[in-house]
Amino acid sequence: MSLFNVFDVAGSAMNAQSVRMNVTASNLANAGSVNGDPDKVYRARQPVFSSFSQSLADQSGLAGVRLDGIVESAAPLQKLYQPDHPDADADGNVYASNVNTVEEMVNMISASRSYKNNIEMVNTTKDLLMQTLSLGR
Amino acid sequence: MDIPAIAQHEQSLKFRALRNQVLASNLANADTPNYKARDFDFGAAMKSARNETIRMTATSALHSQGVGQSDFNTRMLYRVPHQPTLDGNTVETDVEQAKFAENALQYRASLAFLDGQIRSIKFALRGGD
Repeated sequence: MSLFNVFDVAGSAMNAQSVRMNVTASNLANAGSVNGDPDKVYRARQPVFSSFSQSLADQSGLAGVRLDGIVESAAPLQKLYQPDHPDADADGNVYASNVNTVEEMVNMISASRSYKNNIEMVNTTKDLLMQTLSLGR
Repeated sequence: MDIPAIAQHEQSLKFRALRNQVLASNLANADTPNYKARDFDFGAAMKSARNETIRMTATSALHSQGVGQSDFNTRMLYRVPHQPTLDGNTVETDVEQAKFAENALQYRASLAFLDGQIRSIKFALRGGD
């Protein structure tokens, strides 16, 4: 029964979107962090999505979402001159994380909308299944 | 008794369920880079199923034929997007949502027709009680 597959597909998508929400939360939480060592500064992270099994998609159109990994942003760090900062390096500089707050807010809205979409999809499909089960009663 | 009508709606339910799965995959992959939205032609699928009715072996001209129909054999197609995207994804969430809703409604319509058929057969079996 192909209606049941929708639960798997939507489940995988909701999992991916919730990871995206978590990553966004981490990014926003660390948005203001600074460090004297540019290698230790928090860099913005982004999840990478891909879709399950191309051959399955060709056959039946079924495609769940897979999380390929998390990548760190390569955007340049902001150098701030703060000689009083306890973490400042020899030149009195600290490096601020490269999180773009506006981008992260947009990401958060997009992830929550997609998550809701998937929930609606599951609800509709559940409804259809329940109606099918009560056929002929 | 109108059994072929039941077979028709059974086929239609099957294709609608399949399309529900395809459209759900599209919506699930709304944020996946390079994902291409898919769909299939429901009308063509129904037509090909109708044309390829499975014949039963009959040893007498009086044997009645069944109403079984062949399986899904229509190709999955790619949706042509209205607007291009930067990440190569061709899912347009609003379009897919509209199609998903339409498909769910059509599924419910088939269910209602089937339910009506079953009800009327039951009614006849009970002798119009």
